Amino acid sequence: MKVLMKGNEALAQAAISAGCRHFFGYPITPQTELAAYMSKQMPKIGGTYLQAESEIAAINMVLGASAAGIRAMTSSSSPGISLKGEGISYMAGSDLPAVIINVQRGGPGLGGIQPSQADYWQATKALGHGDFQILVFAPSTVQEMVDLVSKAFDKADEYRMPAMILADGMLGQMMEPVSLPEEGEKKLPEKPWAASGHQGKRTHNIINSLYLTPDKLEALVRERYARYETVKEKEQLCEEYLTDDADLILVAYGASSRVVRSAVNKAREKGLKAGLIRPITLWPFPVNALQKAASHAKAMLAVEMSMGQMVDDVRLAINCKLPVHFYGRTGGMIPTPAQVLEQIEKLI
Amino acid sequence: MKDLNIVFAGFGGQGVLFAGKVTAYAGLLADKEISWLPSYGPEMRGGTANCSVCISDRPIGSPLVTNPNVLVAMNLPSLDKFVDAVEPGGVIILDSALIDKKVERTDVSVFYIPSSALAEKEEVRGLSNMILLGKLFSQVCTSGDWAFCTDEILDAAIQKCIPPRKADMLGVNRKAIALGAQQ
Repeated sequence: MKVLMKGNEALAQAAISAGCRHFFGYPITPQTELAAYMSKQMPKIGGTYLQAESEIAAINMVLGASAAGIRAMTSSSSPGISLKGEGISYMAGSDLPAVIINVQRGGPGLGGIQPSQADYWQATKALGHGDFQILVFAPSTVQEMVDLVSKAFDKADEYRMPAMILADGMLGQMMEPVSLPEEGEKKLPEKPWAASGHQGKRTHNIINSLYLTPDKLEALVRERYARYETVKEKEQLCEEYLTDDADLILVAYGASSRVVRSAVNKAREKGLKAGLIRPITLWPFPVNALQKAASHAKAMLAVEMSMGQMVDDVRLAINCKLPVHFYGRTGGMIPTPAQVLEQIEKLI
Repeated sequence: MKDLNIVFAGFGGQGVLFAGKVTAYAGLLADKEISWLPSYGPEMRGGTANCSVCISDRPIGSPLVTNPNVLVAMNLPSLDKFVDAVEPGGVIILDSALIDKKVERTDVSVFYIPSSALAEKEEVRGLSNMILLGKLFSQVCTSGDWAFCTDEILDAAIQKCIPPRKADMLGVNRKAIALGAQQ
């Protein structure tokens, strides 16, 4: 039975179903319904909901819970995610899994509270200091928010690295029908590395990101990057829509991909061969699908709710083999299908 | 059915988001693809609030409705904001007790329902939104090109949207909807 749910609430319920038992947050529009849902539901199932004194405190509580082997999550919106950057770098440096949700709003600074996709660079390239990556998932429907939260927890545990759900105010606030996962205790992976008490039966585990010996630190970072190569090889996800015969491939994720899909449908009605590649993982970026499309298309068009961030990764993915164009709105503005169609008509 | 994109607009507190939610739930129960997107933020406190509802046989692209087929307007600023955006051939349903203005466009069908006055007179106080919803369903959602559901489905949707602690409100909501349908 499908229920009608807001994206933010669906994210929260999906996390609970995925075995998340510790949520640490701090209020910010437009993600507040997520924390509100957690505050109501967590106590009922014996979990922990804690409103921290700041975003920085919240992410460090996630670090602590994760170090103890527990599935933990935090959520925020753009300015709050900037504050969490330090903690996320420490988690990456400590090889700790967790899920971080960013319901993006307009920036920079306090910006606005309307939907935006201007945190792409932050999520995929520069969430904190040092050499590291996190997994980044970009849902485009409320159902996909549910499905990807579960996947994010599983993959974060599998690769021992933080994972982010990069959503936006539109997806967080909108309601769509969703099928929720079955309730019940999910079997979670063993975490022999966790600092959860050794009861005198083994040597104690140390979780740390401080390594003052350069060759030791380099070796650790290299080991992590070897893992990232496996992630890039195995975990690329995207949806291809009408790409087989397309002259123009549009590339868009999340909320803007919905607008683009409508525009592609309208273009097809006019006989224009447009198609859509919708990255579902932003890191790893779906390079393989883009390279395949580049072998037969004539041009690409990235559409984002930003001044142009993912478009760089599109160019890199195809080694600038095709002209890559860009159309974007920013500051909380949402492009319309008619505006995207106009761009398609210019390029075909 | 033809794709149906509706904007509900009015003052915060008039129940535009709730009316949209009932419509979306009716779409869900009728096994259609649906989306519901509210305006959110400071404009909801005393200012104008609106929500976009899309109902279709196909997956919904953009949930933000910029050119509605149907506009339900509960105050003058909302009518002024959206009147020119309504698709030609579309429908406008408005509270004529609060909006003392005629729509000048001739390419849309307009229904003037004095819903807030009726709500007072017929003792369904505060349910002006449900009176307009009744008209929306009788005029658009259950008959014609955009029809996607039945009166029974609407009733089931209302039952879904009224929380158990307010179950005693079901009767007046049904009364308001029936009242709107008769207009």
